[in-house]
Amino acid sequence: MKELLKFITCGSVDDGKSTLIGHMLYDAKLLFTDQEQSLKLDSMVGSADGNIDYSLLLDGLMAEREQGITIDVAYRYFSTEKRSFIVADTPGHEEYTRNMAVGASFADLAVLLMDATKGVVVQTRRHLRICALMGIRHYVFAINKMDLVDYSEERYNEIKAQIEKEIEDMDIATAAIIPVSATEGDNINVKSDRTPWYDGEALLSILENVDVDRASEGEGFLLPVQRVCRPNRTFRGFEGEISMGSVRIGDELTSLPSGETAKVSGILLADKEVEEASIGNPVTISLDREIDVSRGCVLAKDVEVNLGREFLAQILWMDEVKLVRGRNYYLKLGTQTLPVVVSDIRYRIDVNTGEHLPADEIEKNALAVCEVSVGERILFAPFSKIRDLGSFILIDRVTNATAACGIVLKAERNKRNLSWQQVDIDRQMREESLGQKARTIWFTGLSGSGKSAIGNSLEKRLHSLGMHTMLLDGDNIRMGLNRDLSFSEADRAENIRRIAEVARLLNEAGIIVITTFISPLRTDRHNARTILGDSYNEVYVNTPLAICEERDVKGLYKRARAGEIEFFTGINSPYDVPRHADVVVETVNTSIEDNVDKIMKELKL
Amino acid sequence: MDHLDKLEAEAIYIMRETVAECEKPVMLYSIGKDSSVMLHLALKAFYPEKPPFPFLHVNTTYKFKEMIAFRDRMAKEHGLEMLEYINEEGLSRGVNPFTSGAAYTDVMKTEALKKALKLYGFTAAFGGGRRDEEKSRAKERICSFRDENQAWNPKAQRPELWKLFNMRLHQGESVRIFPLSNWTEKDIWMYIQRENIEIVSLYFAAERPCVRRDGQIIMVDDDRMPIGEDETVENLKIRFRTLGCYPLTGGVESNATTLDEIVAETLASVDSERTSLIIDKDGGEASMEKRKREGYF
Repeated sequence: MKELLKFITCGSVDDGKSTLIGHMLYDAKLLFTDQEQSLKLDSMVGSADGNIDYSLLLDGLMAEREQGITIDVAYRYFSTEKRSFIVADTPGHEEYTRNMAVGASFADLAVLLMDATKGVVVQTRRHLRICALMGIRHYVFAINKMDLVDYSEERYNEIKAQIEKEIEDMDIATAAIIPVSATEGDNINVKSDRTPWYDGEALLSILENVDVDRASEGEGFLLPVQRVCRPNRTFRGFEGEISMGSVRIGDELTSLPSGETAKVSGILLADKEVEEASIGNPVTISLDREIDVSRGCVLAKDVEVNLGREFLAQILWMDEVKLVRGRNYYLKLGTQTLPVVVSDIRYRIDVNTGEHLPADEIEKNALAVCEVSVGERILFAPFSKIRDLGSFILIDRVTNATAACGIVLKAERNKRNLSWQQVDIDRQMREESLGQKARTIWFTGLSGSGKSAIGNSLEKRLHSLGMHTMLLDGDNIRMGLNRDLSFSEADRAENIRRIAEVARLLNEAGIIVITTFISPLRTDRHNARTILGDSYNEVYVNTPLAICEERDVKGLYKRARAGEIEFFTGINSPYDVPRHADVVVETVNTSIEDNVDKIMKELKL
Repeated sequence: MDHLDKLEAEAIYIMRETVAECEKPVMLYSIGKDSSVMLHLALKAFYPEKPPFPFLHVNTTYKFKEMIAFRDRMAKEHGLEMLEYINEEGLSRGVNPFTSGAAYTDVMKTEALKKALKLYGFTAAFGGGRRDEEKSRAKERICSFRDENQAWNPKAQRPELWKLFNMRLHQGESVRIFPLSNWTEKDIWMYIQRENIEIVSLYFAAERPCVRRDGQIIMVDDDRMPIGEDETVENLKIRFRTLGCYPLTGGVESNATTLDEIVAETLASVDSERTSLIIDKDGGEASMEKRKREGYF
């Protein structure tokens, strides 16, 4: 089984890219004869001395023949015993940076040509920067025209040192530096006698052997959904190409952004039923239950994906119409297409020096770092983490032109973003976005002890400090959620359980909850503590029964004493005094405000 | 994944994207081996659903008889919606492959295709074109946009980055989609062999009535073919490496009668395939690019 290697060649005008690839194909006898014949014929027409001009093999469009430069990306196909290759020949001309980006986005490896007489030049840095932007991690530096420097080892070493300096800070997996001559054929398909000091391999041998496999990258599983397959009432499958990791039947997957989970009940690898599939496979996945999944959603397992509206991105502008701050575009990211605004241009990057420069507008072929704001929440990830959720294009809404390509650097936090972690948004993320620590302040005490008054004041205080709170009391719980419950002991237990569960959900949402229920029984309060865990903070409002009865704000004690109310705490129903309350307040000699202070202090609110 | 798996995955991805993003797609079906591969990929990409688009065959009326029979059988076996379009206006003007010269291809293929796409209002048309076929195609995009006159402007094509295809269209515009862009002829044959894809019998060597004309072997498929006084019809064991209109498609002498033999012969072959498709010879090197600008695939 042959592997496939996609690579690009880049270099400045006259560095000899087309000649290099042309020569490689020619020498390796990889040409079909009629192409070879037309090459010879064309070449004799074009050049005075009748020598073969290998570059003609790669130049195609009429316009560029006339101009004598490559103006677009040309793809060539060849194979050796070991591998099949697709080479994107990309232009060296400065105006056509975008075409290089196209070629680079397609490639696993870049062959960067440089002229031995010139060494690392401005263009070399530009090409390196674009290759890195598009995600290439394997490089071959071909120092061409070694014949013009008499195959000098010294010159090779000088340029090698220059290259090593350029790439020291880059995220590179492999890099080879080869002395070559594209016209003479040195170190292209076989090692040259003229560079005995060079101990590396020839270009073709590197291309045949370099390991660019991405399968080992990333654990977990990620499938951006392209389309829902629903041929009949019984089958519902989600089509897409696996971006990361692998999946097996029975795996529990989360659908984002909905957050619903389901188990994998079937995997079709194209049209074949399989047990397992992995990165790069075109699949159709069925789940064991109906959950919300459509195009643009992702199915994921153990992968960190951002869900938000704003991110910071590095872009390459490709359109004639300049980018200005605040302009609207369509964003295509993964399988999602949404309207966006480029809300801020942070800076332009000098493609040659890497310097950050202030900019109000971005011209064609320029690199910039921008803030992108999306109309609704979108799933994304930094490009360095998940390629398919970190790369995007911007589409001009009037002309439909692809105006820019870019990569996500990071989510813009403290804005309107939330973050999914381990597939679930976790409580910590919500708390961070609200800027607070969620907890439940659970008041307990007799009827009329002052729970509601203190709870209400506490909430006002927290609110004035900018905190997000929710007060649960008899009015909003007993009238709604729990209106089906009586005051029997069983129903009171259920009442407390439901309140604790609601408080837990609100805590999960990052909200500070205050509950003001009598919650007389120790077992019920214990149950609430179990449900809420460390978030449970018990405040015992210790007001003697006699005082409560004396206050009798709602006239309930009187009615209870008269036998009109069954199960009234303190009268005909017990109250278990808390033994381990976090805070105990008394209300006879202490004002509500002082008690709020005390609670704030002791609970470190 | 080996290189065929990767090419297959890419083609399937492109087909699914097109169906998800384009309003009214159609698959152009020329009955040749590339079309057989395209059909096979479409069946795989959407399984268990049938390909969610119709197939369109632009019939010049000079296709090999075996091709038409194969087309009809495939449509029936796979339950495809197979549309046929014939440029009746061209026929009534007497346009034919024997005496009309380049006008035949222009009228019966290029013009016919444009008319058919307009008639049905298709916004996206899958084609089986590959970049390795010819030099100017080496630069063709996977999504190739056509203006309202269905003309191709090589300077106004959209850059294609990563797997992100911009298929947005204006009113009247359409897009040609080439999922096999990155396949070579070898890949096509190896894939047909691996997947055991059924192809028209004309690809297999058999005794066929032929004449030798301009260095090509032309099969006499019916009596519309004029035979010159200096020509003789002889039975030759030939097969075809590429299929089109019988008077314009050259055969090669061969003994390859099984798929394995065809593939072995192809892999050993040093002639690139378009040598046998006469269309390229008119106008020389840049003829395909001219045709493409006019709307031919």
